[in-house]
Amino acid sequence: MLAKRIIPCLDVKEGKTVKGTRFVNFKEAGDPVVLGEFYSRQGADELVYLDITASHEGRKTFTDLVKRIAAHIDIPFTVGGGINALDDVDRLLNAGADKVSLNSAALKNPQIIGEVAKNFGSQVCVIAIDANFEDGKWICYLNGGRIPTERTLFEWAVEAAERGAGEILFTSIAHDGTRGGYANEALLELHRRLPIPVVASGGAGKLEHFRDAFQKGAADAALAAGVFHFGEITIPELKMYLSEYDIPVRM
Amino acid sequence: MEVAVIKYNAGNIYSVECALRRLGVDPVVTDVPEELSHADKVLFPGVGEASSAMKYLREHGLDKVIAGLTQPVLGICIGLQLLCRHSEEGNVDCLGLFDTDVRRFVSLNSEQKIPHMGWNTLHNLKGPLFKGIEEGSYAYFVHSYYAPASADCIAESNYIVPFCAALHRNNFYATQFHVEKSGAVGVRILENFLAL
Repeated sequence: MLAKRIIPCLDVKEGKTVKGTRFVNFKEAGDPVVLGEFYSRQGADELVYLDITASHEGRKTFTDLVKRIAAHIDIPFTVGGGINALDDVDRLLNAGADKVSLNSAALKNPQIIGEVAKNFGSQVCVIAIDANFEDGKWICYLNGGRIPTERTLFEWAVEAAERGAGEILFTSIAHDGTRGGYANEALLELHRRLPIPVVASGGAGKLEHFRDAFQKGAADAALAAGVFHFGEITIPELKMYLSEYDIPVRM
Repeated sequence: MEVAVIKYNAGNIYSVECALRRLGVDPVVTDVPEELSHADKVLFPGVGEASSAMKYLREHGLDKVIAGLTQPVLGICIGLQLLCRHSEEGNVDCLGLFDTDVRRFVSLNSEQKIPHMGWNTLHNLKGPLFKGIEEGSYAYFVHSYYAPASADCIAESNYIVPFCAALHRNNFYATQFHVEKSGAVGVRILENFLAL
């Protein structure tokens, strides 16, 4: 049976992990490879590395890092952040990434989805959508949730899937960082409308939030950062908990 | 031990190289017939589209080279599909080393997303490739096409329909899942292959 996936997300700046507060006594927690290996051994099903470096030089650092991740980690990983062109996708996949996550670039230029799918296959193409519920609509945002667009979540997700996206990574801006649970109603609506998997993101704080994302939101995978990095939830206890609710997980 | 990885127009061969290096093997990635023939083990990995991959293999004479290999060969993902008789992907005749045809998953309802992507369980494990692997172990899959259950099947999985997660005939082995991305289970299977 296909398992529901648990995905820790690591933010990377200038080649170092940020948000590693839990690991104050863990000297190398700033090394994204060491932290990734740690989560992989704990039972993470995939990893997401988001490059939050702004500079051009930082991109080179990140590419070198992706090579090092590929050399050390034996589970799939997605990379995202600052991917604007087909060249970026090519560079990161060649460095060993399994998938790339596109966000603002796809909203600005939806054709890029089809180009990525045609050149590298749909399975590498994750479309990340940051959206906020305002006046009865889920508005899509650009640039890490800072700039609203004319697009709305469901129609954009459906278009992305039609253009060749292999997966949708949906973050509810209002839920993100609150530790109050995922946006389960929107997740369920995405699940109903899309022929591709949906990854839930934003809002994980407790074990039951993951359960609800899978049972109420019908998510295929759940992504979280803070609760894992701060050690509030460990992946083995999370998977044990989910299996008690008959949610299929890889143990 | 000399290990060769077949170089052709399919992607993500680098991950397989990395997985071999983690096991202390430094593979040669090559499309030179002599290098492939002389290796102790040959890996045939990749992700891609079947008809364009077959076209490339034929144009470079690699179809005959692969069919003529006598040492253990491990196909991975599209490698498994190309070793079968025929694929619905691009409606193409493949290498025919396994006696089965590759079909596309057909979704029966909105619950069934395609591609089949993620960790799924392995069952009815047979033979040395799965030595030390428990029934029901998880492996990582990403694919939209599959080989139906057949006599060559040495591991089964189930997504929409039961299908072959691994095949074996003569010196040819293949896994639909990515051994290089399947954590400790994948490492053991790769070690088992190298020990054949």
